[in-house]
Amino acid sequence: MSEPLLEVADLRVSFARRGHALRAVGGMSYAISAGQTLAIVGESGSGKTVSCRALMGLLPPSATVTGSARFLGSELIGLGENEMRRHRGTGIAMVFQDPARSLNPTMRIGAQIAEAIRAHRAASRREAREQAVELLRLVHMPLPGRRFSEYPHQLSGGMRQRVMIAIALACRPRLLVADEATTALDVTTQAQIMELLLELQAELGMALMLISHDLGLAAAYADEVIVMYAGRIVEQAPASGLFSRVRMPYTQALFEAIPRLERPAHSPLPVIAGRPPDPAALPAGCAFAPRCRSARDDCRAAAPPLDEHEPGHRWACWHPVPAEGAA
Amino acid sequence: MAASRAEGIQRTAGAADARDTEAAPGAQPGPGLRDAGQPLLSVRHLVQEFAVRERGRAGGGVVQAVSGVSFDIRPGETLGIVGETGSGKSTLARSVLQAPRPKSGEVVFRGADLVRLRGRKLLAARRHLQMVFQDPFGSLDPKWRVRDIVAEPLAAYGARDRAARRRRADEVLDLVGLDPGGYGRRRPRELSGGQAQRVAIARAVALSPSLLICDEAVSSLDVLIQAQVLNLFERLRGELGLSYLFIAHDLALVKQVSDRVAVMYLGRLCEAGPADAVYRRPRHPYTQALLASIPSVSPAGREGREGRGARTIRGDLPSPVHPPSGCRFRTRCPRAQERCAAETPPMRPLDGDHAVACHFPLEHPAATANTRPGGS
Repeated sequence: MSEPLLEVADLRVSFARRGHALRAVGGMSYAISAGQTLAIVGESGSGKTVSCRALMGLLPPSATVTGSARFLGSELIGLGENEMRRHRGTGIAMVFQDPARSLNPTMRIGAQIAEAIRAHRAASRREAREQAVELLRLVHMPLPGRRFSEYPHQLSGGMRQRVMIAIALACRPRLLVADEATTALDVTTQAQIMELLLELQAELGMALMLISHDLGLAAAYADEVIVMYAGRIVEQAPASGLFSRVRMPYTQALFEAIPRLERPAHSPLPVIAGRPPDPAALPAGCAFAPRCRSARDDCRAAAPPLDEHEPGHRWACWHPVPAEGAA
Repeated sequence: MAASRAEGIQRTAGAADARDTEAAPGAQPGPGLRDAGQPLLSVRHLVQEFAVRERGRAGGGVVQAVSGVSFDIRPGETLGIVGETGSGKSTLARSVLQAPRPKSGEVVFRGADLVRLRGRKLLAARRHLQMVFQDPFGSLDPKWRVRDIVAEPLAAYGARDRAARRRRADEVLDLVGLDPGGYGRRRPRELSGGQAQRVAIARAVALSPSLLICDEAVSSLDVLIQAQVLNLFERLRGELGLSYLFIAHDLALVKQVSDRVAVMYLGRLCEAGPADAVYRRPRHPYTQALLASIPSVSPAGREGREGRGARTIRGDLPSPVHPPSGCRFRTRCPRAQERCAAETPPMRPLDGDHAVACHFPLEHPAATANTRPGGS
């Protein structure tokens, strides 16, 4: 594999709340290379979004971030706002879930894209305008010349997300982070946007990081999937065939709980009881142990390390799901 | 006024036969009805429209949110309705509840047409028809305690005995898997999303309804909690003999709970039938496109990215103020021909319960033996 574009090591994030430190991310290490699509999957509160915002320096002052994140050889953690700004946009760009709230409702969309271009590099108004129309064309906006002078409310949700992607691409980032970028969209629009992202990735050679709660989406579109639980990576594996090679019981539970077309109607879904742990009261051992069907005493005593048990496949579990065909 | 205008549009858009066939579901029993007894809910030619003012367009227009939808739900049955944002599925649910009243059509529930009922009679009929919404926190009063929230509909329907109301509230809280002792005194902000939705479900079943309308009721929940709530719906179906009108944009989710499925596009149904038939042999190009858009998590693993692109649909939903003439899907349909713009395709039965509104329905090798060729 080529030199990683981004290398994250032992990233930890905690928030100060009423004198206590709440652990949001408890030691995350991973790497992403140019042209790769990495999905980070987890439930609400698993730390997937917080870990990405930490990389971008987008967390509130109450957050404490430690560890290392090297992007193209330079350290991101601990950078001041001005230094961070140089990486944002040109190095790393982000697309968020809600395009309606990310766009300025009082500005024409073309002006918003042009503003993003001019914020990061010297360009005349005319150049920025031409590039903005070009970007709208790149994200397959119908009638880009006309849409240029429209306001966000005149666009559909899918078109607004295309505008957000155009803004993110304004400075040709090396890494695009899509944080639940298709969650609010319909299934057909979601498919359109995912295809667009993969197409742009191939065209521009970007790395793509998909942050999602949807393991199905991740398995379908990513090269590699990271599953998070209570602030930690619990499994990381190539996406292709992940379904049949799952080793961590939590990942398996996630897969099984997704309604699938192949399932007969009215068949009860395999569910696990309970909820993710309160970050203020994390259990001593494996954080998933209280909900895990195969948990034993050793799971409650000590947290299993995230080790690479098979080439390219890491999991953190003392009693993993048996490999298919091995039993 | 608006209703007559819409009919005018249909008349001019479609030829005489299109108009006849539009009326057909109302005249004849709908698909799947002929072998059953009295349906619990029978919706015929339901139309709902809203006047809007559009900037830049003189006089604004009329949003044709629901345009002539007919379906039945039999006792104990779950009908799933799938459609994208803007398909009119939520408006359809509210029109069934008469909130607000539809422009025209019939909503016969337990033998009475809700559209014609007024005042106390409507209130009495609606007691057996309850709804669960997408956002549990938005539908629970933040200042109330859980037990009072659940008991409220009982008071609204005249249960004067406070102790009896509380007993019933505790009973249904227990039924939805919340310990009344622990949760009864909590307020909504002390609940997780899944727990709040259970409270909303408890409130909906407190009056022992016969039909529950679920509008994206599990869509905002994380997948593991979603599975728990879906299983709860299934358990209540068995224990209380409930029927459901289950509305969602997620096809796989709808399949999980439904006996029959109807696919909605821009205010009209385009396909309806037994869930298995619709999903395994979709006959409408829109249904096929929806199915192709689902990311695959099958054991076979990732689908080829190349093949996927060709099958999903392009473009955006047309405006419901100016829907396309004829078949409303034609502007995005790969199979559309001139006839699709000229005539509104009627909902016509294929094999058994399965019906499709398409002039050129998809053929499947296994299904062609007992149906007429689609092109006719």
